[in-house]
Order: sequence, then C-alpha cells, then structure tokens
Amino acid sequence: MAYTVPKLKDWSAKALDKAGAKLLAALEQESTAVKNKADWKTFRDRWIGRKNGVLTQINDLWLKAAPKDAKRDVGQRVNEIKQQVTAGVEATAFPEGQVNPRIAGEGRSVLSRPASRGVGTVTAALDISLPGNRRALGAEHPIIKTMNEIVSVFRNLGYSVEEGPEIETDYYNFEALNFPPNHPARDTQDTLFIANQESKPLRDRLLLRTHTSPVQIRSMEKMKPPVRVVCPGKVHRNDAPDATHSPIFHQVEGLAVDTNITFCDLKGTLDHAMKALFGSSVKTRFYPSYFPFTEPSADVQISCIFCGGTGYRDGGRCPNCKASGWIELLGCGMVDPNVYRFVDYDARKVSGFAFGMGVERIAILKYGVDDIQLFFNGDARFLEQFG
Amino acid sequence: MKLSPQWLRDFVDLNADLRQLADDLTLAGIAVESISGEGSEAVFEMDITTNRPDAMNHYGVARECSAIYDLPLTPIEPKLPPAAQAASSGGQAGTTARVVSYQGAHPPVTFPIEITEPELCPRFTARVLRNVTIKASPDKVKQRLALLDQRPISNAVDATNYVLWEMGKPTHVFDLDLLEGGRIIVRRAKDGETLKTLDGVERKLSSEDLVVADGKKPVGLAGVMGGFDTMITDKTRNILIESAWWDPVTIRKASRRHGLHTDASHRFERGADFESTVVSCDRVAELILQSGGGELVGGAVDVIARRLDQAPVALHVSEVHRILGEKLDAREIFRILDRLGFDVLPERGGEADFTIRIPSWRLDVEREIDIIEEIARLHGYDKFANTLPAYAGAVVELPDAEKDCKLRSSLLALGYDEAVSLTFISHHDAERFSRVPAIELANPLSEEASVMRTSMVPGMLGMMAYNLNRGSDNVRLFETGNVFEASGATANQLKRVCLGATGSAVLPGVHQPSRPLSFFDLKGDVEALLHPFRCKLLAYDSQTPKYYHPGRSARAVMDGEIVVQFGQIHPDVAAARKLRQDVFIAEFYLDLLYQHALREVRYEALPRYPAVERDFSFIFDDSVKFEQIREAMTALHIHEMRSFVPVEIFRGGNVPAGKYSFLLRARFQSGERTLREEEVGQWCPRIIKALEALGGTQRM
Ligand SMILES: [Zn+2]
Repeated sequence: MAYTVPKLKDWSAKALDKAGAKLLAALEQESTAVKNKADWKTFRDRWIGRKNGVLTQINDLWLKAAPKDAKRDVGQRVNEIKQQVTAGVEATAFPEGQVNPRIAGEGRSVLSRPASRGVGTVTAALDISLPGNRRALGAEHPIIKTMNEIVSVFRNLGYSVEEGPEIETDYYNFEALNFPPNHPARDTQDTLFIANQESKPLRDRLLLRTHTSPVQIRSMEKMKPPVRVVCPGKVHRNDAPDATHSPIFHQVEGLAVDTNITFCDLKGTLDHAMKALFGSSVKTRFYPSYFPFTEPSADVQISCIFCGGTGYRDGGRCPNCKASGWIELLGCGMVDPNVYRFVDYDARKVSGFAFGMGVERIAILKYGVDDIQLFFNGDARFLEQFG
Repeated sequence: MKLSPQWLRDFVDLNADLRQLADDLTLAGIAVESISGEGSEAVFEMDITTNRPDAMNHYGVARECSAIYDLPLTPIEPKLPPAAQAASSGGQAGTTARVVSYQGAHPPVTFPIEITEPELCPRFTARVLRNVTIKASPDKVKQRLALLDQRPISNAVDATNYVLWEMGKPTHVFDLDLLEGGRIIVRRAKDGETLKTLDGVERKLSSEDLVVADGKKPVGLAGVMGGFDTMITDKTRNILIESAWWDPVTIRKASRRHGLHTDASHRFERGADFESTVVSCDRVAELILQSGGGELVGGAVDVIARRLDQAPVALHVSEVHRILGEKLDAREIFRILDRLGFDVLPERGGEADFTIRIPSWRLDVEREIDIIEEIARLHGYDKFANTLPAYAGAVVELPDAEKDCKLRSSLLALGYDEAVSLTFISHHDAERFSRVPAIELANPLSEEASVMRTSMVPGMLGMMAYNLNRGSDNVRLFETGNVFEASGATANQLKRVCLGATGSAVLPGVHQPSRPLSFFDLKGDVEALLHPFRCKLLAYDSQTPKYYHPGRSARAVMDGEIVVQFGQIHPDVAAARKLRQDVFIAEFYLDLLYQHALREVRYEALPRYPAVERDFSFIFDDSVKFEQIREAMTALHIHEMRSFVPVEIFRGGNVPAGKYSFLLRARFQSGERTLREEEVGQWCPRIIKALEALGGTQRM
C-alpha cells in the first residue's frame, strides 16, 4: 500500500522521529521499484514535485499545522527530512541504459548517499569511528632517511654532495689515503677483495671500498680549493652478519679544504652538526685518535642523548652509554699533508679537515634498533614503522 | 690490551682516582675503553691506536701520565750482579758481528752472533745466564701477569712476558745448551727448511722468512715466535736472552704469511724502541736471576748492524697556529714537548723556531705535523675553541639529484617501502638473472654471497620471500642501488631501481572489497614513474628475459632504449624460491632512463569550450592489440580528438571465442569554439573505418 503523509496530533520529538522514519522507509522501498527513466520521473514527482509532492505535504501537514511553541523544533526536523528525501531521489537517478544501482545488487541504501555528502541526518549518520579507506604510503628506509638528514645538515653549511664507486682500487681506498702497502692500519679495515687481481700492480687492484674516504681523493683530484664536499654511500667490510655487524653499511664522509681551515673549525663544524642532528642541548667531546689520512686525528663523542650525559637513568646505570655519559659517534681530523701530495695540493698553502660517520650507528641511536640485520632484510613489519 | 693502574705506580706517583685517570688518558689519546675490578686489582681495557706501540705497555702509559700530570717518571734501571766472567766482546773485523765467549761446565765455547741481514735486523742484544733453576715465578710476577690474563709458565718465560707488558719490548729466552754449533746467526731461511714454533706447529720456511738460527738450524721465526726445540724446559740450566729490533714490514709479512699474530709481532710490526734492547735484556736477566738464582756470564752483547735514522724536525710556531687555529705560545709548546721526552732546541736566527729531537720510542713522529698533533693532544682538544670557517663557494648539485628525488618521492607516494639488501649474490643467481660477467670476490663471506650483484632481482625476491615466510602478504618494496659487471680489467657500476610487489592492489576493508594485484597495477605504477621523463616515444613490448612470466611481463622502450623491465615472476622461478603467491618485479635501468631530461612544464590554457564524447563499440580478434588501435587512432591526426581510452573489454557471453568486445571512448574538444554536431559527425566515420581496417566489426 502506497505511503500517505499522516496528519500529526502529537508534536513530541519521539512522535516526530517515528513519523520521519516511516516516511524515509517508504522512500527507500519505493526507490527500488524504479526501473527506467519514466519510472524515475514519476518517483521524483511523487516525492519532491512542487504540486502535492510528499515534501509539499509535510510542509503543510506537519510544519504549518504545528502549534506555535513546537514550530521551531518541527521546522528543523522537516528540513532534515527534506534534504534527505531530495538527495535520496537524486541518488536513484542513473544513466539511460544502465541498471538502477539500487537493484543491481550493490545493496546500498539510497539514503546513505546524501549522508556521505555531509548532509546526513541523525538517523542515517555514519559510524565515523570505522577505519577509513587508507592508501598506504611507502616508508623511507631509516638508513637512507638518516643519511639524507646528515647530508642536509652539511648542505646547509655549503657542502656539495659527491659520490664515488663502491668497487675501488687499492690506490684510492688505501695508498692515496696514506695507508702504505704493508701498513698495520690496513688490518683495521677487514677488506673484501675482488678475485683475480694478482697480475696487476698493487695500486690498481680492485676491492670493495671499506670507507667513503676515497671520495675525498676523487673530489680533490677533480677540483681545486676551496673544497667542501659531503659524500654519502655504501661501504663493505668482511664482517659476518650478526646483531652488531654487517658486511654492508653506510657512511657519510665530509671534507673541507681551503686556505684558512683550522682544527678549531673542525671542532666547531662538527659540534654544530651534532647539535643539528641530535638537538641543541647535545655536547661534543673530542679526543685524540689515529687515522692514516688525518693528523691531528680525533674521535668525537656526544653527550648521551638517553641520560642527558649523566650516565644514570631510571634509577640505574644508563645502558646506552655504559654509564659514561658519552657516546662515541665519529672520527675526524685535519687532512694529513701526505694526502695533499697525492692530489697535487700545496700543503703549505692549504689546510683542511675530514670526517666520517657511520649511518647505521646513528640510526641505531636515533631509533633504538637493537639488531643491525633488520636494516637489510626488507622486513615490511620493520620498514613500515618508519612510515 | 689490559693495563694495571697499580703497575703504573711503579713508575709514576699518581694521585688521580681510577675514573679520572681513565678520562685523562683517553683525552690525551691513550684510550681506556672500560674499567674492571677495584683497588690494586683494577684493570683498564685499553684501545691503543696502531701508531702508538710505545704506549702498548705499562712504562709507556706511565710516561704519558708523567707528561699529562707533569710528574717525574722513575726509569727502569735493572740491577745486575757482577758478571762471573768477563765476556770477550771483540767484534770480527769488518763485520757487524761481535762475539760472546761462554764458559759452561764443559770446556769453554766461543759464541759469536752474526747478522747477515742488517737492513732487516739492525740490532741484536744478548745475555748469557748460567746455573739457573727453572721454577714457578714469584707471586708478584704471577699475580701481575694473571691480572692481564697472561698464563704464568716458568720464571724464565714469565720474565720475558713481564718485560713485554712492562716496557713493551718483546724478548726471547733460549736453552743455551740446545743451541748447536756454538753461534747465533740472523739470516734468511733456506727454501725447504722447517721450524717447529713454540705453539707446536711445524712450519715450512722460505727465503722470504727471516730467522734466528744456531749453527745448524733455525731456532726462531724472527720477531714472531721462538722455536719449540730450543725452548726453556724444567731441565734448562743455561740461558741465552735475545732482545732485538726487527724491520716492521718484514715482521708483518712473516706474521701474515704464517697466520701467526703474536704479542711480539704486534709490537715489532708497529715499531719497537731501538734503544730499549739492552735495558730489556738486562731487565729479563734481573728477573730470572732474582727468582732462579744462577749467575751472569759477561756483559750484554750488543750488536748494532745499523742505526735507525730519526731526523730532527723543524717546528714553526706559525705552522702550529695555522693548523690548530689557536695562538699557543712558545713556552706552552716547549713545556708540552719537553714533558713528552722530546728534545726541544730553540733555533736562534734560523728559519724555524725550534729543532725537535725525537725520542727513540716515538718512531711515529717524523714530521712537523706529527709534532703539532702531540702539542694539540697534550694541550687538550677540548681547550680549542669551536669556530665555523668562512666560505666563498656554492653548493653544486649532483647531475641526477633531481631525477633521483622525483623517482624516490613518487615510489614512496605509490606505497612502496624503501629497502636495502646485500650487494652480494650467488654465482647461480648471477647467471640466472643477468647475462653480464659477474665480479667475483676473492674472500667472500659465503658461497651464497660470492659475487657482486649483477641484478637487483635476486635480492628483491629474497626480501619478498622473507616477508611471505613471516606472514606479511601485502608487500611493496623498492630498492635503489648499484649492480656491477666486469668490463675487461675494470668494474662497471650501474645504477638501478628494483620494485617488488605482492598481495592486494586494494587492501580488504569494511567499505570495499579487496582485489589482487595484477600486471596492470604494476604497469600503472611504471607509467606513473616514467611520466616525468621527457621522450618522443614510449612503447611497450613483451621481449622479457626468461625469469619473467612469458604472458605477463613487458619492457618499456623509451626512444628505442629499454628503460624498464617488469611483470610477474615466472612460476618456475617463484616455485624454486618457494614464493607462495604471485610476485611482481620491475627493474629500472637508471643509466638509460636518466639520459632523458625531466619534463619541463609549460602551462596550457584551460579549455573554455565543452568537450564531446563518443563511444565506439567493436568486436576484435584476440590478435589485435591495443597498441595497434592506438597507432591507428594516432595516425588519424584528428587535432580535436584530445583523448581516446578503452573503457570496457569483454570476453565470453555472446562474444565468439577468440574475439573480444571493446568499447573505446573518444573525447573531442576545441580550444577555439564549441564543436558542432556535424564536425564530430565527420570524424566518427573515419574512426570507425580505421578500427574496421584492423579487422574490427562495429557492434550496433
Ligand atoms: Zn647514557
């Protein structure tokens, strides 16, 4: 039996809700019967036609007839119903030659559509607490992200990015960096060598670069001072993989050579960089070290970012700095004059500094990762944490 | 290296507590890694850099302490009893050898020491002891060695070990009665000679090896390890003590050749103190005599074949300032160097300010910059100001930086997680996934990682399998990296991006059904990624390598160069890797892709006149590809036809087998006017004709 708009006697909220729900149910039900354009026109005229359409009727029978004190409330409700009916009728329209989506089995109520357009009523409100249709974004790899952050700190100081090959010659990886043949410092590098190189002179033999420092040499060969370069990249060592070792890892190398560069500049630059990376409250500490290609050489520690440099936290020894308050982070030094000889710079006229830092080490600190292997097995559960 | 702070107090009167001492040493470059134990039992774990062999012992560290705290250093001065009999110390004329005559219980024997390789053994000092009792060391020696994790053996052997840790000078003791032929010769080994070293290993020697020999046989591998057959035993009564200085490179080569890294070789290859051979020899003798009795025969025999050249260094205060950036005054410089044992001689009227004589234990100091480092480290790195240098240059971008950045940000936006995998693959994978010669490692970590990757695909498949095996079914990864190929004697490095995808294109959710990833999802991503690059013609063909699914893979050809290969992995490859669902891969050849510039965007006026669409419904034979339709439509050169897209493809139903129905939607628009019905009506028959020419029949 077709729906007719009832006259109202009770103007209470409850009664209005009930009457409204009945009307919308009727709309919903009649919408399924629309099979073609002609059907739809009839449907449209019956519900929203100016002449005696259902909407016109509720205006007369519900709103106009309402007692004065209820008018405001009724008016609001009638308006809501009007919006919903209009949208429901529009939603039932479909292109010629296609099937009414309502019947085609998609099973969606015509009434849900206007709601999704943001004009819904209380009765048809969405459960907005349901999860959205999310399109996943890819996550940056924590190592690449960290490496880019380091590079960007130095770019802002005027350093240009340089790259070099991962397969290097003995000359660039060792000799030109002042590691003479048979020097014990070569032992600290755990080098992976390329096979079948014995017939070549030592300096031409290929190996996997053990540090990004060869890019220093390549950069100085290419350009004359002033030089400011930062060299991110992958390096290799003959280290069997475990929680703290990996045969591949990443370094960022930096080099500044000019007529005026001093050890104080080295200190100031790295102090600035560490503050930019770890926060302005971080302190740096420099102490003597040894690298064949720098002199004086230094290791740099930062005050422990976990315990604020106190050595203690959570009522016990800080495990991150082993209660020392300091974390060792990078190596650096003034470029050794021997290195300048290989690139034809005049060590009496120019001076400079170089530094190198392990990206994994910094990422491990920043993110609290406890196993370096996680960086290299492509585990999506790990990678997506950095999205 | 382990170090006992208590032992340091033999030489320097330290006031600092252990933590302070550790910190002060570390800040002077003598790094203390950790502290264990307490009081006199405390032990420092040291990390002495390779250039400082002089600090790899207690006296050396005490010397640093004396410089740091400006405290007097008590020298090591062994007190020996008078010799039982004067040694004949006359050298053989014209040679570098000297002679010690040895008077045993048996008729006296002359005992010459001869150095045949003065370059490799510049100095050899020896002493002879007689009637020694071999027994356990005194408690003090045993305890000190035990603290350093050194196993006490016997008083004579422990004496050498004690001296090694006390003053860093390796020495050796022989059972004198087991030395044959009445002499010591330092010489190269003869090919075919063998030596059983103290560790019990029989070693084949060659002429590259330097040995200490008696009259008949090698009795020690010089500077590395002594011989087994002449070692001290319970029966030993008479002892020869050796304290020599060996050429560092020779010792390093021998140590590597024989795979024998010892405390002795560690120090000799870094450079021992040339002037400590006599005092160390005496110190060993003193310790043995104290515990084992016996007597000294003659004095030390000190054979110097050549002197080491430690040239003095000229120091300019201006250079100190130029490098360090702080105006340290000459008095401060003098004070630091003097405390470290350098002889600082002011140069009056000379070009330099000081001439510095280098102490014999500092072979690492040879140049002015080495002196500057000494000044800096004792002054204290932390006392130098932090400054930023002025700079007049500008940042220069890498040529491909913008392209890299564009590609990477698009990949992340498309939902691919960034991954990094190992750069090594197996021989087998190199052959399966590429046709280029692989670069082999001489010392690979494993068989599975024996060559440098020639393709990113094995690594990507490995990561896909890793995820699928851990229950991650919806995975998209990309990796940017280099592949390598042998090119004659050199290595080519080529940059690639590899994508891997498996699982759903649309993730299942309450609002929408899930849909499995298809070839076209991947192709869509490839298209999106290639879009920013400028080219005349981008075409796709299906000539992919065997590891791809033959019907579901393609190559993107940009102006004649293959820039991408992509598609589903061949089921056989997937099965071999136990991939339990379809996996898609894309390989981007960046060296070729990056030859194309990025598109330069030029604004195009927005259309002011409405567009008109027309649909064309056709039946085509399966052999007709969209590429042909595309070419046919393009060839019409209808300027106002702004686009044509396939909107529906249908097989089955009332479409005959071997054919498909195809709905093409063309969109017409003019920038100058509203198109009239007749104009569009003129183009439609041309389109229909072109489609019919491909064998299509129009559906009514
Ligand atoms: Zn801490």
